[in-house]
Amino acid sequence: MDSLINDSRPPVFCPGCTHERVVHGLDKAFALLGLPANRIALVSDIGCSGLFDTFFNTHAMHGLHGRALTYATGLKMARPELTVVVTMGDGGLGIGGAHLLAACRRNLDLTLLVLNNFNFGMTGGQCSVTTPPEAQAGSSFLNRLEKPMDLCRLVEAAGAPYAARCSGLSKGLAENIRAAIAFEGFSVLDIWGICPGRYTRKNRLTPKMIDENLADMPGGQGVIAENRRPEYGRSYARQQAELPPTKPPLEVPPEFTPLAGKRQELVILGSAGQRIITAGEIVGLAAMTAGLQVTQKNEYNITVLRGPSISEVIVSDEAIGYTGIETPDVVLALAQEGVDRRRAAFAHFGENTLVLAAADVTLPESPARVHTIDFKALGVRPPDRALAAVAAVAARERIISPPMLDRALEYRFAGKVLESARATVKKGLEEGRKDAKP
Amino acid sequence: MTASFMEGNEAIAHGAMAAGCRFFAGYPITPATTIFQSMLTLLPPAGGICLQGEDEIASIGFCLGASMAGLKAMTATSGPGISLYSEQISFAIGSEIPIVIVDVQRLGPSTGSATRGADGDIQFLRWGNSGGLPVIALAPVNPADCFVLTMAAFNLAETYRCPVFIASNKEIGMTRESVDLRSLPQPEIVERRGFAGPPPYRPFAVADGRDVPDFLPIGADILVRQTSSTHGPDGYITTDAVQIAAAQQRLDRKLRSAVDTFTYWEFYGPPDADTLVITYGVSARAARSAVDAARAAGTTASLLVLKTLWPVPEALIREKAAGAGRIVVVEMNLGQYVREIRRVLGNQHIDFIGQMDGRLIHPETIEEVICHG
Ligand code: SF4
Repeated sequence: MDSLINDSRPPVFCPGCTHERVVHGLDKAFALLGLPANRIALVSDIGCSGLFDTFFNTHAMHGLHGRALTYATGLKMARPELTVVVTMGDGGLGIGGAHLLAACRRNLDLTLLVLNNFNFGMTGGQCSVTTPPEAQAGSSFLNRLEKPMDLCRLVEAAGAPYAARCSGLSKGLAENIRAAIAFEGFSVLDIWGICPGRYTRKNRLTPKMIDENLADMPGGQGVIAENRRPEYGRSYARQQAELPPTKPPLEVPPEFTPLAGKRQELVILGSAGQRIITAGEIVGLAAMTAGLQVTQKNEYNITVLRGPSISEVIVSDEAIGYTGIETPDVVLALAQEGVDRRRAAFAHFGENTLVLAAADVTLPESPARVHTIDFKALGVRPPDRALAAVAAVAARERIISPPMLDRALEYRFAGKVLESARATVKKGLEEGRKDAKP
Repeated sequence: MTASFMEGNEAIAHGAMAAGCRFFAGYPITPATTIFQSMLTLLPPAGGICLQGEDEIASIGFCLGASMAGLKAMTATSGPGISLYSEQISFAIGSEIPIVIVDVQRLGPSTGSATRGADGDIQFLRWGNSGGLPVIALAPVNPADCFVLTMAAFNLAETYRCPVFIASNKEIGMTRESVDLRSLPQPEIVERRGFAGPPPYRPFAVADGRDVPDFLPIGADILVRQTSSTHGPDGYITTDAVQIAAAQQRLDRKLRSAVDTFTYWEFYGPPDADTLVITYGVSARAARSAVDAARAAGTTASLLVLKTLWPVPEALIREKAAGAGRIVVVEMNLGQYVREIRRVLGNQHIDFIGQMDGRLIHPETIEEVICHG
């Protein structure tokens, strides 16, 4: 197989830089694998190793520092048939740490070649995440304070199924690279090398020292048996194939005559667990069965199982502009937390505002007309209060009518849930009709 | 009307599907999360890919990789995520990678308020990239716009090979509304123009009379180079000042010279009213209520709702403001887009209504200024 080296752009590394050896090692590995140029994508990071993509006649993507794995992930997911090789220095390793860990956990079939020369060559030899504390680096004393990380142990802990170390100056380099690329899954090869431009000007590091250091280190032998598992892209495709088709959005045709009246505003003040948002949605669907326009805004605490829950619904026979509510037509005061959250609003309610309040809720002063509902006496549990209260509104032929409400229940629920919703609505309707009759 | 009851965020997801989106990656963040959730429901069963990135930087990075592989891609976040996207946005601009980016804005600065609306990122979207080259930003008013403008955003990203923002707002994204998607005018779907000429393929070369390079995906039979570094037409790093200047000017020109072809807007009221209200996004809803209320009270005003914010549709703004004695600009921040209106309409009287407290601007606030200055 021919070389994939780009003859018109020969490597420009400092004399003696291990990066150049890796360029040729990678080229040889491609040849050993027999890969055609247009089935390879080389994704390079930033720094001296970031020049890698220009030395090869392959597909190439060069982006921001530490992000090479992110582009590689998108590429490989979109085109699983490509062999995607990422080159990165020890700098990219540090800045892209989150992406490295995620790639290990994900196990997408990418190969990460880390050109590890223990410092930032391009910017002046500053310390990286692999600089030994005893080294003289370009960041003054700072590297003496930090522990270098062992890439292979790190990625093993993060779930990578393949991690190996080798010297960029060793004879076996091409074979090491070939094996990493051939592995199906996320593979990491930590290639140690020499940076004469920066690192070895102040530090002694020879090929022999690298070999000795590597020999002393545990792990880094390639496949990690306990992390072996199906490759992410294949698993994704398998899961995806089993998904049922997505249902199109629910469409509600108009079938009832709308109740008289222009814009109508409803505020439901409750607490988490009272199904306030669902009740608001049901009012909306019910209004839509009469061809009306609806908006619904909700408010709840980020701790979803505690605190107030509020839904604001506007129903109108024309396009709804402003979606805020100051003087609602109907307020359902179902829990103290919701009422307290909107305490200040009560003073602005109009004389025509109808407040249906749970008997256990204390209301602030307001000019509104208040009707109290004893949900306990009705046999309505707290999670059903909102729906029962909505039914009590429908019983008064305000905003929605009972048939509209029933149709909305059919859209929203099925089976047993529908039955129990209807039972709740029945209680609310009876209560509402009692009050509606003079 | 036969309608669905959906949030602006859901409408964006449906718009993306209708536009041919095949790749989505996102990171959960209120108030944009339901776009991710909706795409996760819609995309994989339809054969597309939806990923949850380890962070926002990864999410948009995945999209850039997938887009370079030839897939239509979208991501969605809110202000804090746009901050993290910034370096990748610059990449997409400079290296001409099509992508749709949704910003469901929430009250800032910083983490601000997750569940309070704002339009505080408007200048950030324009200038939050290194190099300061132009972007496209579209601003929906309601779920119907979310659907249609998302389709338009994909078409623009494909046509101009650039990032296109949807500048939404918590008050649109998380407000459910009845909407009849079927009745909406759907733009014809556009694909990026592929390279068809004889080799060699030079990834950033433009054909005569064009400002956008022809596309080939990474993985095509012909080799493709992509780079975030300053590059010549061949996709290799260049230091040639003439080449560099030509490329920068082309990136500036390709959007700014074309904005008239993608200026989306609505005008409401008589064309000759003395007061013209200019606004965008969710505030357009209050502005419309205000214009109606003012008319009922005896004062006539008209309303221009801008749905293309970047590049600034200067021709439209000048045309609509030509006869107005007074302009009132309304926005949910302390004065961002009004800077552009002042720049474009320098010699006209401009009043400003800005509010940044997590609440919608009230129609009465606008009506008051319309009627009493
Ligand atoms: S600075 Fe170091 S890493 Fe960079 S080319 Fe020179 S020797 Fe190689």
